[in-house]
Amino acid sequence: MREVAIIGAGSTKFGELWGTSFRDLGIEAGAKALADAGLSGEEIDAVYVGNFASGSFIKQQNLDALVADYTGMATRNVPAVRTEAGGASGGVAFRQGVMAVASGMADRVIVGGAEKMTDLDDDRVGQILNACLDAEWEAGMGVTLTSIYAMIARRLMADGIATREEIASCAVNSHFHGARNPEAEYRKEIKLDTVLRAGPTCDPLTMFDGAPFSDGASAVILCPLEDARKITDKYVKVSAVAQASDTLAFFQRDSFTSFGATAAAAKEAYKLAHIEAKDIDVAEVHDVQTVGGVLALQDMGLYAKGEAGKAFLEGQTHFDADKVAINTSGGLKAKGNPVGATGVSQIAELYMQLTGTAGDRQVKDAKYGAAQSVGGTGSSVTVSILEAI
Amino acid sequence: MAMVVAREWREIPGKYNLEGTKCGCCGKIFFPARTFCPYCRRSSAGKMEAHRLSGKGEVFSFSIVHDNSGFNDRMMPYAVVMVKDDDGVMIEGQLVDVDFDKIEIGMRVRAMLRKLDEDGEAGVIHYGYKFVPEY
Repeated sequence: MREVAIIGAGSTKFGELWGTSFRDLGIEAGAKALADAGLSGEEIDAVYVGNFASGSFIKQQNLDALVADYTGMATRNVPAVRTEAGGASGGVAFRQGVMAVASGMADRVIVGGAEKMTDLDDDRVGQILNACLDAEWEAGMGVTLTSIYAMIARRLMADGIATREEIASCAVNSHFHGARNPEAEYRKEIKLDTVLRAGPTCDPLTMFDGAPFSDGASAVILCPLEDARKITDKYVKVSAVAQASDTLAFFQRDSFTSFGATAAAAKEAYKLAHIEAKDIDVAEVHDVQTVGGVLALQDMGLYAKGEAGKAFLEGQTHFDADKVAINTSGGLKAKGNPVGATGVSQIAELYMQLTGTAGDRQVKDAKYGAAQSVGGTGSSVTVSILEAI
Repeated sequence: MAMVVAREWREIPGKYNLEGTKCGCCGKIFFPARTFCPYCRRSSAGKMEAHRLSGKGEVFSFSIVHDNSGFNDRMMPYAVVMVKDDDGVMIEGQLVDVDFDKIEIGMRVRAMLRKLDEDGEAGVIHYGYKFVPEY
């Protein structure tokens, strides 16, 4: 297999973008990524796009064709593929794009992720998000995505793995970085008390434990590593793209205080990249609820079980703490969570960090970056590792 | 967005009676029912036996749902629980007829047949199990 590089990245701003349609979002992110790579668009020979639920959010299926058409790829009949894996839709799209280049099937690939969520009222958006659970035996019984994270949080607290304050600190960390990212939806630091005292969503979690419903898109450009240096001097190597599955329904798991699929994907990713968890300098993790961030740190082996929450509370996760920096983009919580875009947005953030272009939130001398994207309650997880060249 | 009635009656054994399956090869119990065992795979084909859970167990974890717009809004807020059934199988569902302050990990509960939700005024009424405290 060929080694693969990322040669460009671009994102729209994330947020409630009333004046922007799904098409506009995808075009903006794709055009920014192409401009970043110094390509015109004519070089692209395959398109992958992560999207969770356009059929429900904007009543548009056959999304592959829409994306190919409006990005100018259909005039050259370039093939496009849409991936859906709940919250991991973008992470899976990235893995598929890397596989296309690695295999030799494609030479210049654009991987995008996009979601338009605010065309629907909040009532219906919540129900659509719950469709990433077991629709029959979880959502149909009144169990929600947030309530499962809440039940995990309660077990972490009962088993002495993390305190309520430590779990909530994941959101404080995300906002700390969101304040330093011009593309983030929420650019304001918050205090721990704000999270704890906000209105409850699913007890013990509050409004400030959860990521928002957002519009947004992100894109990255891939090519063989051997071609990258001929195109640009701003590129990073894709050292690993791993993916793992687990039971669809959370209650059928072996563990209720970890995501086995994260651990499996991370183990595979470290093996493929020939590194260990301790080599990671910067990581983007799926904090759709704060407790997800705590699980990610322990399941990826970045912190021991019982230590991940403390890392957030003590600020060891800040970009300038000289430890592994977590969610320097602002994470899903503060950068925003346009579901299909998030997994690609994580890759775009790591690309910036590893090329030294992350501005006010730049991690010093970052060599290895890891991104974890989660579908459902850990039923499908991707872990990707990028390396600075 | 109503579903047809077939989707409802097809699942009656599981939703009304907590009927799962037991693998004829390894003896592992599954809920909901599976047509083959994910551990024994092909060798379990045709050997899965119906197995009804006891419906009694203890609360493993819980949460109070304050926001699930579009699902049985008249019940908001409501409690959800993960219950470890006495057969050793975990189930998720609602916990009703209880003061939220009294819910705690380890409390004994049992399953009852209750109304879950309805598809609007003229649609299907969904029934299934909910848990109640076992006094």
